[in-house]
Amino acid sequence: MIPASFDYVAPSSVEEALQALAQGGEEAKVLGGGQSLLPVLRMRLAAPTTVVDLRKLTELRGVRDEGDAIVIGSMTTHHDVTRDPLVAEHAELVVKTIRTVADPQIRHRGTFGGSLVHADPAGDLLAPAVALGAEMVIAGSSGRRTVPASEFFLDFFTTAVAPDEILVEVRIPKHTGWGSHYEKFNRVAQAWSIVAVAAAVRSEGGSIAEARVVLTNMGSTPIRATGVEQALVGQPASDEVIRAAAQHAAEGTSPMTDGNADGDYREHLARVLTGRAVAAAAGLAVQGG
Amino acid sequence: MTRIAVTVDGVKYADEVEPRMLLVHYLREQVGKTGTVVGCDTSNCGACTVHLDGRSVKSCSILAVQADGSEVTTIEGLAREGQLHPVQQAFHDNHALQCGFCTPGMIMQSIDLLGDNPDPDDAAVREGLEGNLCRCTGYQNIVKAVRDAADMMSSGAGPAAERVSPSSVAGGGR
Repeated sequence: MIPASFDYVAPSSVEEALQALAQGGEEAKVLGGGQSLLPVLRMRLAAPTTVVDLRKLTELRGVRDEGDAIVIGSMTTHHDVTRDPLVAEHAELVVKTIRTVADPQIRHRGTFGGSLVHADPAGDLLAPAVALGAEMVIAGSSGRRTVPASEFFLDFFTTAVAPDEILVEVRIPKHTGWGSHYEKFNRVAQAWSIVAVAAAVRSEGGSIAEARVVLTNMGSTPIRATGVEQALVGQPASDEVIRAAAQHAAEGTSPMTDGNADGDYREHLARVLTGRAVAAAAGLAVQGG
Repeated sequence: MTRIAVTVDGVKYADEVEPRMLLVHYLREQVGKTGTVVGCDTSNCGACTVHLDGRSVKSCSILAVQADGSEVTTIEGLAREGQLHPVQQAFHDNHALQCGFCTPGMIMQSIDLLGDNPDPDDAAVREGLEGNLCRCTGYQNIVKAVRDAADMMSSGAGPAAERVSPSSVAGGGR
């Protein structure tokens, strides 16, 4: 299908983009790479009156080093994020996750910030953002503010970014030397996650010193599996410990039932995938359920 | 209407387009590049794959206005002086198609894949083509064709390949 008509602007600065959004009002929509928005427009699930294209904002592309954190520009494509040496060294979980997103063509166009703001609960980048304690830098007419990832995702397709604001960059504290893994369950290539688990582990002398485990698509927003994390910390990184810890994965969740899976099957998947994700992150050979 | 300037298969175009016009419709209806096809219309099938500034993209998921100032290569821009691109030739030689509808997208994505990985194994070919669906062949001959093309495009290959060295074809030598 062909999208409904809209006015189009491609501003050349963040300030101009914010003005365009303010003028467009509630019915204005930001266009990043378009890999989520274009299908939505084509299916006419949305019909914004104004589309504000950020493609000319080159200052929002790229990754830089800020000492204890790396900063990823919101318009950096998935492809470019996976090729960036800073991300590989300090936020390996992000690289491993993006490799599972959609397909090469979509990764060439889709943007890091666009995925986060779209906030599809089955979207893959939400869980690693929470796991790594990312901070979202949001620009608005009154300046910039920073929102931690744990407070950024509010509901299905809803974030802390207001209609007249733009996510400009994402600060990720360096997790240098952490082991990480993203374990995703879907049935066919390029499908969304039915359930997925992001795990990052810092080991010290054979024990797990710190652990972050976050679930994708087990609720309307990414869910941190704190019960699993607590069961891991201070323990040896053994198969037995990880299996036992993974049993806590679905605690406190109430996953949806849809055409892909029942809620209780999702809970089962959360436990199995958590075991695999943590084992891989801790450097153990991945074993079955 | 918005004015755009796009280079398609080496020719510069300047056109007035509706902002809602998809790149694939611009290529087919305004520029006449009907070699690029619309398959699923939901960005799943990859039949509409073209190169935008040297990278494979699904042209049904891009607005024509987003391509302003860019260079687009379609399946129609691959052959040089009547000689097929090695990937086109390999698809022909290996019977890598039946109905042929997915072929333009398969070939464009295969060229992108070979630019990143000049010597992929079967698994790497299948992974690299995960965004392209074929409903006829079962993919066996497509995988064979891509690996055959990789051989043809590799340096040190026979004289036939040297006539179309990787640096002289889109996507090669990146």
